[in-house]
Amino acid sequence: MLLGPSLGLSAVLFSLGVAGVLFRRNAIVIFICIELMLNAVNLSFIAFAQQLGRSGQVIVFFVMAVAAAEAAVGLAIMIAIYRHKDTIDVREINLLRG
Amino acid sequence: MNYEAWVLEALLAFPLVTAIAVLLRPVREAKWIALFATLIEFLISVPLWWEFDPTVALMQFQVARPWIAGWGVWFRLGLDGISLFMVLLTTFTMPLAVLSSFNYIREKERAYYALLLVLTTGMLGVFLALDLFVFYMFWELMLIPMYFLIGVWGGPRRLYAAIKFFLFTFVGSLLMLVAILTIYYYVGRATGTYSFDYYHLLSNIQVTDRWAFWLFGAFFLAFAIKVPLFPFHTWLPDAHVEAPTAGSVILAGILLKMGCYGFLRFALPFYPNVVLDPMVATVVVVLAVIGIIYGGLVAMVQPDFKKLVAYSSVAHLGFVMLGIWAATVQSLEGAIIIMISHGISTGALFFLAGMLYERRHTREIAAFGGLAKVVPLLAAVLTIVVLSSVGLPGTNGFIGEFLVLIGSFGIYPWAVVVAATGVVVAAMYMLRALQRIIYNKLDNPENEGMLDLSRRELAVLLPLIALIFWIGVYPAPFLRRIEASTSMLVEQVRGAQAPAPFETGGRR
Amino acid sequence: MPATVGWVWLVLLFPLAGFLANGAISVLRLDAKRAVTTIGVGALVLSFLVAVAVMAGLAGAPADAPYVLSLWQWMPAGRLEIELALQVDQLSAMMLLVVTGVSMVIHVFSVGYMGEDPGYARYFSYLNLFVFFMLVLVLGANFPVMFVGWEGVGLCSYLLIGFWFENEAFANAGKKAFIMNRIGDVGFLLAMFMIFQAVGTLSFIEVFEYAPRAFAIGGTAITLITLALFVGAIGKSAQIPLYTWLPDAMAGPTPVSALIHAATMVTAGVYMVARANVLFAMAPISSFTVAAVGAITALFAATVALKQWDIKKVLAYSTVSQLGYMFMGVGVGAYAAGIFHLTTHAFFKALLFLGAGSVIHALHHAYHHTHSSEEAQDMRNMGGLRKWMPLTATFMWIATLAIVGVPGFSGFFSKDEILAATFARGHEAAAFYVLWAVGVVTALLTAFYMTRLMIYTFHGPNRSGEKEQQHLHESPWVMTGPLLVLAVLAIVGGLINLPAVLPGSGWLHHWLEPVTELSAAYLPEVHLSHSTEWVLLGFATLVAALGIIGAWRLLKPAALKPAREAPEETGIQKVLLNKWYVDEIYDTLIVRPIMWVSENVLWKVIDKGIIDGFGANGSANLARAMGWLGSRLQTGYLGTYVFLFVLGALILLRVVTGWEL
Repeated sequence: MLLGPSLGLSAVLFSLGVAGVLFRRNAIVIFICIELMLNAVNLSFIAFAQQLGRSGQVIVFFVMAVAAAEAAVGLAIMIAIYRHKDTIDVREINLLRG
Repeated sequence: MNYEAWVLEALLAFPLVTAIAVLLRPVREAKWIALFATLIEFLISVPLWWEFDPTVALMQFQVARPWIAGWGVWFRLGLDGISLFMVLLTTFTMPLAVLSSFNYIREKERAYYALLLVLTTGMLGVFLALDLFVFYMFWELMLIPMYFLIGVWGGPRRLYAAIKFFLFTFVGSLLMLVAILTIYYYVGRATGTYSFDYYHLLSNIQVTDRWAFWLFGAFFLAFAIKVPLFPFHTWLPDAHVEAPTAGSVILAGILLKMGCYGFLRFALPFYPNVVLDPMVATVVVVLAVIGIIYGGLVAMVQPDFKKLVAYSSVAHLGFVMLGIWAATVQSLEGAIIIMISHGISTGALFFLAGMLYERRHTREIAAFGGLAKVVPLLAAVLTIVVLSSVGLPGTNGFIGEFLVLIGSFGIYPWAVVVAATGVVVAAMYMLRALQRIIYNKLDNPENEGMLDLSRRELAVLLPLIALIFWIGVYPAPFLRRIEASTSMLVEQVRGAQAPAPFETGGRR
Repeated sequence: MPATVGWVWLVLLFPLAGFLANGAISVLRLDAKRAVTTIGVGALVLSFLVAVAVMAGLAGAPADAPYVLSLWQWMPAGRLEIELALQVDQLSAMMLLVVTGVSMVIHVFSVGYMGEDPGYARYFSYLNLFVFFMLVLVLGANFPVMFVGWEGVGLCSYLLIGFWFENEAFANAGKKAFIMNRIGDVGFLLAMFMIFQAVGTLSFIEVFEYAPRAFAIGGTAITLITLALFVGAIGKSAQIPLYTWLPDAMAGPTPVSALIHAATMVTAGVYMVARANVLFAMAPISSFTVAAVGAITALFAATVALKQWDIKKVLAYSTVSQLGYMFMGVGVGAYAAGIFHLTTHAFFKALLFLGAGSVIHALHHAYHHTHSSEEAQDMRNMGGLRKWMPLTATFMWIATLAIVGVPGFSGFFSKDEILAATFARGHEAAAFYVLWAVGVVTALLTAFYMTRLMIYTFHGPNRSGEKEQQHLHESPWVMTGPLLVLAVLAIVGGLINLPAVLPGSGWLHHWLEPVTELSAAYLPEVHLSHSTEWVLLGFATLVAALGIIGAWRLLKPAALKPAREAPEETGIQKVLLNKWYVDEIYDTLIVRPIMWVSENVLWKVIDKGIIDGFGANGSANLARAMGWLGSRLQTGYLGTYVFLFVLGALILLRVVTGWEL
């Protein structure tokens, strides 16, 4: 596998994810975008692992595990918010405004 | 094992252990456990009176155990003539504070008594620590229980008072921490031994002389706020008024003395040249004298009895500061005697304010009047305590003020002239309050059925009254124990600048 | 030390024990009136007996140096060494006898006077405590111990003036006395500091021994020290400008006025000056100040006494005036004469007060019976009382003749000695002649106002009221007995120090010599020829006669109206009646401004406004404002947070990697 294209794809995916988080309103979509960023990072880990040894792949498993946990907690939060506010539009959720 | 080997550590550990016991046992036992714990603590400390060797100026009963050895933090404890009576005052006050809370504290009793016990450890630690890290730790440790005592069991404005108390003290102590670390670092770099040991730092303190003024300033701020020196005093009236009785007593009796103690233990010996610098000395002495007069005058117009006593503390502590800065044997011994007797007299005044409050649920002086008729015993006790606070000869108040003034006269004659008028102001505010509480006509029908002192209340007050007269009539045993350490301190501070020995006459 | 002199601590012990016992009875509200009487009076009797023994012991074994009985170390601190020590010498022994003797008599009188008061036990406990402190004052062997007594008597004075504390004016009077005393005490304190600074010790023997070496005669140090001491004396002995508490002090029970505010405590200042005679003799300026203040006070107080209606107020101003005489005496260096007048004054003024007490007691009872609220102390409500109270009237006449200075009575000799001593120093400076003249005028006024008091109280028609007259009667023996004792003393008291022109003269003078000889070296030799002395004696007699006769001729008791019908006074009479408005002036110029500034400037502006509002709460508000600014960033929108986060990450990346954008 070529390192350059892999990293390029990873960078594109990551940027897409960032853009999604920045501009989308639906919390689920934002959530998916975060997963996208995580997976972009995973991809670069795997690409580097090809050259630098297998420990990068181990990290990927950690990331996936964390992502799974995050998905569980995040979705639970979203359900809670939906029950509370009847929406998951992040513009409506501004309890932290100072 | 012999007494001197274990006593100091036992004094620190015992209250902590009993605090846990208070938390674990049922609520109804809490106050009794606390009472017995503080009584035993007092009994542990009593033999210090005899075991203490009055001829030795240096630390006695020393203990040193490695704690965070990598940083040079050792658990170093010791006791000398300056701290001896602070320790005894603390252990003496605590049982009375617990006993006085029996009726006053009705909720969250376990937490209350546990905090009192933790506070005991914190206060004793401050007086005993010979390692600056340990000192700072205890300095902060006692802050927390006091914060909760005011904030949870206090009066209506307790949150404001508690936060004000905490922030005032904390600002000063953070700067002190910076100073401690700076000294630690530079002394360590110069000597190759990084240690918080008091004597190690003291003997090498000259390497920080370039920053002496600022380092001293940091200590000064921390201690001056605690004393409190005018104009850092405004936390005191609020804290006193809102705190529960025992809190006020401990605050006035012991916490304020930590500032004075800090000056005596750290600021003076570390940076004598800054202390004696004419500019610094003038500023501090002027502030002390302002405190004496100002505190008295403001006390005079207070409608609230506790606030009056709080402002009177500002005045009394002004005498202490004057005595410390004059740095003669008489003035320093006088300052320490005032520290003790202020703890006793003002403590007693706060106890009495609490007892009046429990009877009438008000602290307004105007709500009373004519009490001497219904509660003669309470009136008699209040009179005695007020007179001791006023500094009547024969009571403890006189001894300290007299020694401070006579000792300071040779150094700051004009300050003494002004400060001496403070005794008139003291008479003005105290007698005014006394008259409006126990004399005049009994015009408020609510006061008619007032009960006189109960046995429990007498048990709280009688020890204090005994001490008032003991120190007033026969203070020599106290002075003898203080003398060696203060003489050494005077030498440390004045060094070569000691005034020429007396020549015109006299016995020596 | 003779054995009996060693007993001197017992003199202190009995009154102290009496105080504790009676105090306990009072506080515990026990009903034990008989025990109170026994303890209270008994303590004084024992004390007096010991005092006599001490005096006898001292007289039997006269020594040059005073006997010092050291009880224990009091305040040892560095080179300051203060012992609780008692000093017995000719001066303190003399005072011991006067204090315990007069106190004992007044204690007995009090049994009758205070018999029906609910605070009987409290009264006797305070009275015993007073005697204790007065004896400490007299016996102290160094300045601090004297100061214990000095402030202690002030405390008892406070407690006893405000004895009937339910009356706010009475309680105020007590407080005023204490505070004005304390103003003087500051002077005493400063004097002690200066003495310690200069001499290095505070014990009397050492200070007086070293003083000639430590101080230059008339130097600044000694002048300041003695002036400061005199400030203390001014406060305690009610001299100008700190005298206003003494007339107010009449709020206390009358025996208290007799004991504390006439015979003993107020003379403490005179005693102190006599005690420190070396120091004062070395400071001529201070000594003259003492004499001048004394003379001015004597005259001033006598003018006020002319116009008072309250019988006790007349006596109070009379006391202030007589104290002025004593200061004049010790100020001109006639220390023995000052103490002599102190002693005779103790006798006749105590007698006058107790006599007044007897009158008030009778009138009070009469008004009590008829449920009238008339003022029992107002002379306008008296008149013609000798008909009902012949004994009291006789005794009070004796005292009056003594204070006025009628030849043969004690006051004649003592007053004359002071005036003669002042006159004798006139050849040094004419100012002493002025002082002497002031003293003579005062003597004239004294004769006038005392006669006025007697006329209005005991002569002329009775103005008490028809119904009341039936209830007027002489006081019981427990009150007239003490009057008799004092009357005898008021007559014969002069014998202890007859003037030099008479045979057997000057016993007191010689007796006090060991104490006063220290200062003799610094005082000019004064000598009056016998002829001058005879002239002065004759002149004094003439003045006294003039005052008495003037009062008899000028005053018309028959025209006087009872207090409630009395017309408003006008002009100078009103000014005198209102005591030259000094109280009002002090109140307006000193008391009110201090209170106002304390409340409105110090507390409300500086404390609450500047330090708290600006400093403490100000910084809290500043922190809150910064927090508010920061909180503007917290929009609550996820987008903003993420945007800032990404921005931050990019900046960090730029900084860490040096990556060029």
